[in-house]
Amino acid sequence: MNDASLAIANASAATPIAPPQELAGRSPAKVKAEKVNVFYGQKQALFDVSLDITERSVTALIGPSGCGKSTFIRCINRMNDTIEGCRVTGLITLDGSDIHDPALDVVELRARVGMVFQKPNPFPKSIFENVAFGPRIHGLSRSKADLEEIVVNSLKRASLFDEVKDRLAEPGTGLSGGQQQRLCIARAIAVSPEVILMDEPCSALDPIATARIEELIDELKTNFTIIIVTHSMQQAARVSEQTAFFHLGVIVETGATEQIFTNPRDKRTQDYITGRFG
Amino acid sequence: MSTSEHIVTSFDEELNGLSQKIAEMGGLAEQAVSDSVAALVERDVGKAQRVIADDERIDVLQRQVEESAVLMIARRQPMARDLREIMASIHIANDLERVGDLAKNTAKRVIAIEANFGSQRLVAGVEHMAELSLNQLKNVLDAFASRDLEAALTVWQRDDEVDAMYTSLFRELLTYMMEDPRNITFCTHLLFCAKNIERIGDHATNIAETLHYLITGSPLTEVRPKKDTTSLTSVAYKQS
Repeated sequence: MNDASLAIANASAATPIAPPQELAGRSPAKVKAEKVNVFYGQKQALFDVSLDITERSVTALIGPSGCGKSTFIRCINRMNDTIEGCRVTGLITLDGSDIHDPALDVVELRARVGMVFQKPNPFPKSIFENVAFGPRIHGLSRSKADLEEIVVNSLKRASLFDEVKDRLAEPGTGLSGGQQQRLCIARAIAVSPEVILMDEPCSALDPIATARIEELIDELKTNFTIIIVTHSMQQAARVSEQTAFFHLGVIVETGATEQIFTNPRDKRTQDYITGRFG
Repeated sequence: MSTSEHIVTSFDEELNGLSQKIAEMGGLAEQAVSDSVAALVERDVGKAQRVIADDERIDVLQRQVEESAVLMIARRQPMARDLREIMASIHIANDLERVGDLAKNTAKRVIAIEANFGSQRLVAGVEHMAELSLNQLKNVLDAFASRDLEAALTVWQRDDEVDAMYTSLFRELLTYMMEDPRNITFCTHLLFCAKNIERIGDHATNIAETLHYLITGSPLTEVRPKKDTTSLTSVAYKQS
């Protein structure tokens, strides 16, 4: 299954989202992973990964290719369920509830935990339909006017509206790469998720488009909990509040981003971020 | 001075280049301080003039350190220890440039008081102070070369000796000036020379603090022992 069809699968079939209302007694961690192990068949990709993701902030996951960052974020919305032979053990909670609870609806989970991929993957539909698709199938709008409002608002929050307002009926695939990625972000936020997972969202973009996405991340973090996988150390340093460094399937070090990038405690972190690995 | 090398070797070369420039500046600054004091002790105007002329080389090196540091930040986006190495180089180069200026100022005063020289005993006091300051400077530069935290902290702790000497010399010079107004020109110049040397000690402790940041990643926040009380010192003038 490619990314685009996966995203459709994520968005399909729906129950209205009911995020827990009570704030009292809730831990500051929006997402909590405890001793998470992931196996692809015989091969173990993650080893006892524990990480707290703070609410309404940006957490960056860094590390060399194949270290397990993407595997880890794909656990948070149970995307790994779709991979044959993939097995996840350990506990992951969203607002304190186990995301592997059999009573929990995976589709609802994926509406609460949105995802943006490395390569922009708009549906082969109009710009409007790309954003309207999720809210419509999730039954988030009562009328056509309602739906239009959601689409316009989402496009505005993704800083794309002004550039596309006169051509909402044109195909989303006709936009530039950076615009397509912002369209995917608009599509992700249209269903009002609580957590947004971003898997190298800027790696296919030029510096200007990257700056726009980073600006957008800064704005979005006031309402959303964002987890971003990035290969750009500078990007992690710029956009995130917390950073976790993955290496060979384990978390080597986590901490405040400024501490990780100015004074890392672990030698492996130091060697990686200063370009000494190998 | 890092435990392992960068994947991009030219980055290592650039970092080593910075350290070498700092080492060269340190050597020149030490030389300038010791020559300026020697010029004072020996009343050697020629030597004083050479100190003044040679200061240019230290200034040039400081600009080079700054330029390469800026370039490295722009080009490499250094992180963690690398970033601290570069920031520390900028700070240390600044301190050493100031040390050079202070030595140059002492040298200028040697020329100014040539015709008006006073007690050799007072000069000996300045000379002794300079030995302590120079020792501090030398030790901190060695600590930089070997990235030795312990040695840096020792320098940082020991600045109070220079301060204490400066305070006692300050009192002595004031007394001399009150005894005979003809001493004032010479003593004032000498007082500034002593102040220059005391400031050189301060720059050595600045460098020690920078080294602490470079090596540990955190600033040195403890309160340093201080014995320079000249800003609070006065000597009563007895009218007879």
